[in-house]
Amino acid sequence: MGYLDGFRITLKQMWGDRVTNVYPDEKRPKPDRFHGRHVLNRYEDGMEKCIGCELCAGVCPARCIYVRGADNPPDEPVSPGERFGFVYEINYLRCIHCDLCVEACPTEAITESKLFEFSFTDRQDAIYTKAELVVDDDGNPQKLPWEDWRPGDEQHTSAWVRATAPSGSAAYEGRVGWSGELGFGVRAPEKGQTAETDRAASAAPRKAKS
Amino acid sequence: MGDPLYADGINQAVILIVLGKLLVVFAFLMVSVLFMVWFERKVISDMQSRIGPDRAGPWGLLQTLADGIKLFFKEDLLPDRADRRVFHLAPYLSIVPAFAAFAVVPFGGTISIAGHRTQMQLADPPVGVLFLLAMSSIAVYGIMLAGWASGSKYPLLGSVRASAQMVSYEAAMSLAVAAAVLSAGSLSTRDIVNSQGVYRWNLWILGVVPFVVYLIAATAETNRPPFDLVEAEQELVGGFHTEYSSISFALFFLAEFMNTVTVSAVAVTLFLGGPNGPHIGFLPDLWPVVWFLGKLLCFLFVYVWFRATLPRFRYDQLMDLGWKKLIPLSLYWLLLIAALRIGRDQGWAWYYVLGGGVAVGAVAWGGLNAALRQGDAVRTAA
Repeated sequence: MGYLDGFRITLKQMWGDRVTNVYPDEKRPKPDRFHGRHVLNRYEDGMEKCIGCELCAGVCPARCIYVRGADNPPDEPVSPGERFGFVYEINYLRCIHCDLCVEACPTEAITESKLFEFSFTDRQDAIYTKAELVVDDDGNPQKLPWEDWRPGDEQHTSAWVRATAPSGSAAYEGRVGWSGELGFGVRAPEKGQTAETDRAASAAPRKAKS
Repeated sequence: MGDPLYADGINQAVILIVLGKLLVVFAFLMVSVLFMVWFERKVISDMQSRIGPDRAGPWGLLQTLADGIKLFFKEDLLPDRADRRVFHLAPYLSIVPAFAAFAVVPFGGTISIAGHRTQMQLADPPVGVLFLLAMSSIAVYGIMLAGWASGSKYPLLGSVRASAQMVSYEAAMSLAVAAAVLSAGSLSTRDIVNSQGVYRWNLWILGVVPFVVYLIAATAETNRPPFDLVEAEQELVGGFHTEYSSISFALFFLAEFMNTVTVSAVAVTLFLGGPNGPHIGFLPDLWPVVWFLGKLLCFLFVYVWFRATLPRFRYDQLMDLGWKKLIPLSLYWLLLIAALRIGRDQGWAWYYVLGGGVAVGAVAWGGLNAALRQGDAVRTAA
């Protein structure tokens, strides 16, 4: 019944599953390493991680990051070291969310959240400054009025999602080095990895994630 | 017989009743178009594992209304090279026949309004079926003039296709309809409905063939998929209504879906017994309308099903199907039914008539095939 097979198939589809998501009401889960809007992290004692080294600005292929470092005021230091990020701006009209800034950062100061649903009515709003990027006193990203945050979105914003170790060597992937974060402390390694991953284990073929 | 409403002459009350029925039919058609657009989008998205419109109103029911309002508030554009008057006239030429054709469709039994008996049907002329065919032929003018008056090549190509297609399938459709007329012995749509029983429909009486031919021809006649070459987006942009916008476009859209509803209603009348159905004790006036709407809905579903399933025909395939298959088939079937009927009246044994009919059919089929082969050979040689 070559001609009529098609009719059977279309009829059967009527009772099948739907592939459509009712988007603004329901969202599909985002991938573990989703690249969204950035945050500037702080240490557990509240100090900023950024040291104003400008490596992120240097590596940025879209040239959307502007950083000015300055010496820490001795009586009221902003970051633990000598220098701190005095000015930090990201232009989201240019950012391509490649995550290279996160890879370049030696202190895991800049990481990316899972938030991508933000829009502006003004070009000025597209330029995020330190006032918007630095995490709040609970260590969570600030929720700005034009951003669509959902519960749980702020849970995966740390250096924990980096592809490589802070040292830059892939062999140290998954090892938790610096991440003593405000509000979260030292986070467990990424899903499917252990902190004790050695060279042999990382060289062996990875098991498919369930 | 005609409508018993006019039996005692025409007075004020009769005119009021007729105007009331007119209003009801008009409102029904408008609402049915709104519903049909929604129904089509919903069913087709079900068949494609989608959800379909669900924002406006419950289950997206008001989506068509929202689209309509949007269309009405849009700017009405007139192309530079368009023929102004014909361009504005064409949508009305398209929609009026679509409305008018529904007038002769019986959608219920006979009811009493203020002491007057009347049929639930806007008009029951003795030439009802001819009126239907005339209206569906006139609908071609709207499309042809729209394409021509646009002063643009894609609409012109679309309307040329549409005219050729509608004129071609008109023949097959008329022959299929003629079979129903033959069985009822009357051109009045009410008589055709009355000649069919509760379950003894023309669909069975005539053999399924005229019904299938009508189904295919009506799909082609309304330019619905898989015969929607008229508006083949890949080839012709929007087809004949490419240059139309705003209310004019809305009218074409309305006419298209109204035609779908109307041909479905005609099919229900001619082949599925119209409002005939089992009698149920309470509300005796309501049930015929329910049966009619139920059958209509099944038919509309079939059209949507066609659209979801079948890919579009190529133009030569369309013409082949119309001229070389449907017309000979429905012509043969009509003659066969006529022969059986005459045989019954004359008291001939039915198996002789049937045998003779099949033999003649086989010979005709062979002859047709030979002719087609010969034609192909000549064309290939040339």
